[in-house]
This record gives sequence, C-alpha cells and structure tokens, in this order.
Amino acid sequence: MGFIEKNTRAILLIELAAGMALTLKYFFRRKVTVNYPYEKGPLSPRFRGEHALRRYPNGEERCIACKLCEAICPAQAIVIEAQPRDDGSRRTTRYDIDMTKCIYCGYCEEACPVDAIVEGPNFEFATETREELMYDKDKLLANGDQWETEIAERLRLNSPFR
Amino acid sequence: MVEIWDNYGLPMVWMILKIIAIVFPIMLSVAYLTLAERKVIGAMHLRKGPNVVGPFGLFQPLADGLKLFLKETIIPSGANRGVFILAPCVTFVLALIAWAVIPFDKGMVLSNINVGILYLFAISSLGVYGILMAGWASNSRYAFLGAMRSAAQMISYEVSMGLIIITVLLCVGSLNLSDIVMAQREMWFIVPLFPMGVIFFVSTLAETNRHPFDLPEAEAELVAGYNVEYSAMTFALFFLGEYANMILMSAMTSVLFLGGWLPPFNAIPFTWIPGPVWFALKIAFCLFIFIWVRATFPRYRYDQLMRLGWKIFLPLSLAAVAIVSGILVAFNLTPNHG
Repeated sequence: MGFIEKNTRAILLIELAAGMALTLKYFFRRKVTVNYPYEKGPLSPRFRGEHALRRYPNGEERCIACKLCEAICPAQAIVIEAQPRDDGSRRTTRYDIDMTKCIYCGYCEEACPVDAIVEGPNFEFATETREELMYDKDKLLANGDQWETEIAERLRLNSPFR
Repeated sequence: MVEIWDNYGLPMVWMILKIIAIVFPIMLSVAYLTLAERKVIGAMHLRKGPNVVGPFGLFQPLADGLKLFLKETIIPSGANRGVFILAPCVTFVLALIAWAVIPFDKGMVLSNINVGILYLFAISSLGVYGILMAGWASNSRYAFLGAMRSAAQMISYEVSMGLIIITVLLCVGSLNLSDIVMAQREMWFIVPLFPMGVIFFVSTLAETNRHPFDLPEAEAELVAGYNVEYSAMTFALFFLGEYANMILMSAMTSVLFLGGWLPPFNAIPFTWIPGPVWFALKIAFCLFIFIWVRATFPRYRYDQLMRLGWKIFLPLSLAAVAIVSGILVAFNLTPNHG
C-alpha cells in the first residue's frame, strides 16, 4: 500500500468503519448463549466428572482392592484399606477420595483392571461445606448406583478406543 | 410575608420541582445505560447479556445499585479522608449540574442563559478535578498515574473540542444552546460540518475516558486507574458520574450537530412526535455509538492518544475554523450579518 493510499484510508476512517460494520453485523447474529441451569451443553463420553464405584449386574462390587488407582493418583487423593472378606474374596474396607485434592486426570479410571472406579458425567456436585467433599466408599457406591446407565453407555461408546 | 413567598418561595419550589424532573430521568437513564451497555456489548460478542434478574434482566441495574449501596466503604489508611470522599461527589455533581442549560424542547430548559455553551464547556472541563482529586487522595501509585493520564488526556482533547465548538458558533452567531438548535432548522450541522462532527464525537470519547481512550483506567497496566481504592457508594458515584457524563456528551453532540429537539424533516409524520422524544432518540443513538465503539476497538497506546490529539485533531480543527470562517465571509453567509 502506497503512502497516499494508506493516509487516505486513515483520514477517511475506512478501516475503523469496516470494523464497526463487522461488530454491527454480529450484533444481529443469533446468540450462542447457553442458559446454563435450564439448558446444558453437550458432554463428551470421555468427560471426567464426579467419581463412582461400580457394581456387577448381580450387585457384587467390582473393586478388588488392587490399589492401582491409589498408586497412580498424582494428587494422592485416594486412600484404600483392604481385608479378605469372610468368603475369602479380596475387597476394600475403606475407599476414600478427597475431592478437594483430586485433579480429575482420569488415571484412576485408566489404571483400574475391572472398570470399578470411573469418572462419571456428573459435574454438578458443589457442596456448601468442605467435609462433604471427602467421599467415602458408601458415597462412591451410591454414585455408581445412581449413574450406572450413563456410565455403562459412556464405557460402551469409548470401548473401541481403549 | 406573603410577598416574600410569592417572590422567592414559590419560584424556588417550582425550580426544585423542575430540577427533580430533570435529575430523576437522568439517574434512571444512567442506571439503564449500564444495562444497555452490557446487553449491546453482549450481543456484539454473540452473547445474550444479563437476562436473569427480572424480565430480560431489566432489574439488573437495581440489583447492582442495591449491592453497591449495601457494601462497606473502605477508606485506605494512607488516604486523605476529606478529599477522598469529596472526589466522587465532585464528579457526580458536575455530571448533573451541566444539565441546567440543556434545552429539551423549545423553551423547555431550566436556565436559558446566553453563554450556555461556555457554561457547558466549563463544567465538562471541571470534571477532571474529581478524577485528579481521587487519584491524589488515594495515595496509591496506580490511582495517581491514572489521574495524571486522565488530566493530560482531557486537557488535550478539550483544545480541539473548543475549536470545533467555535466552528459551530461561527455558523450560529450565538452562544445560547436554544439558538444553536434553532439555527439547524434548515439543515443539521452534521451535514455541512461532517468531519467536525466526527472529530467532536471522538473527542467526547476521550473526554469521558471511554474506549478506545480509557487509559486512565487501563486495567492491564493500572489495575483500575483512579478508582482503584474506591468501593461501595464512593465507587458507585464515580460510576454514575462517568455514565451521566456520557449522556451529557451525547446531549451536547445532539445539540451541536444533530439538531437537538428538531425532527429530521420538517414534514407531517415527523413533526407529530414531540421534541423531547426526538432529543432522547438522538441521545440514545449517540450512546449506542459510544457502546458500539467500545465493543469494536482496542485501547490506544498513550503516545498514540497524545499524537492523535495534538498532531491530528488540533491542526484539523484549527484548519476547520479558518476554512469555515473563510467560506462564511466569502459567500456572505455569516449569521446576523449587517
């Protein structure tokens, strides 16, 4: 662009007018706002939300207390204690996740050999007190029962890639 | 006793009623200007803007006002208390008293003084004191830098604003705002003086510290500029003052260039609509451009701002004074000639 053309454009405010025309065009466009509590955006099947402990269809809990998740957890948010049950199978007596420490990396889910610990689709679990975020085994199993259909569907969609 | 009441009491009550009739709509429009700004900028960002409080978010300004009203006013321990409190009051009061001379319709003006435009210009120049006092009294580096910038910026742009006002006055032959409007019966001054109108509008952007000249509160480098240390009601007064100033500057642009209360054409469907409505529409249009500009342009760098003011606007407006007066004399168009 030559000197004259450049200065003419500057004095006639051509670039500025073009910018204003662009914003005016967008002023009349359809808005993309999602009215959150009433509308929600789509969620990927790989979304990593609130944790859940799953059960087998017969009601037996999946977790075999191998502690791989505890070992891999980079935030050391998981604490597991285990004892052989009366029938001789190996099960956890304690499975705690400190949700204030968890960084939602999903390593626990990947480490689990029996798909017991998973991160479900739920992300609306804010609480009013800190204590409520110290999840124990009962809470995690309850989550698993509540979200089982969604979790199973997500695992099915994800299975070709694992 | 009755004589005193008739001579002084009654006119005073009448005057106070008129003042309330002007100030109340202004405060209301300031409140809704904040909402309009958020809505318009939201729309230009493809968002919806506030829409939760009340229908279409119409109660949002009331909620914001209530929030600011109930918060605690914090005065920094190093601040000069008196000046610190006084500064927002000065800003706010100055933004309101200028409305005394603005004509809303033929004869519908609180004080129809002959030097109206000078009064208006003086008041808008005084506005810098509120900001300067705030920056100095806060005893904070950011606030002080913001205030310094604001002072330099407002003074620089007032020079070219003054010259542009002179070109308008040359075409009118009067300093009375009503006369300025009536001189535009044939043609609004935006048509013959179009470049001056644009420069004037850009100068009002700088004068009100609005985007893209909002360097006094450039949050990237100065946190929030002169109002860093302000909170609650003191902050609200600054905020209201800034927006009232925007409305005032829009009114000034309307009076000087857009024909004040006059309809665009002196024909039947346009003259049915009363003058104040036309005036309000013109102010709203200017305010929309204020917000539109904010949504469009990035902030100027400080040296660019000064270059624009002193090396581009000042020569252009000086040249305009010479050219306009030359044309008026050459073609014998001077008002009230003879």
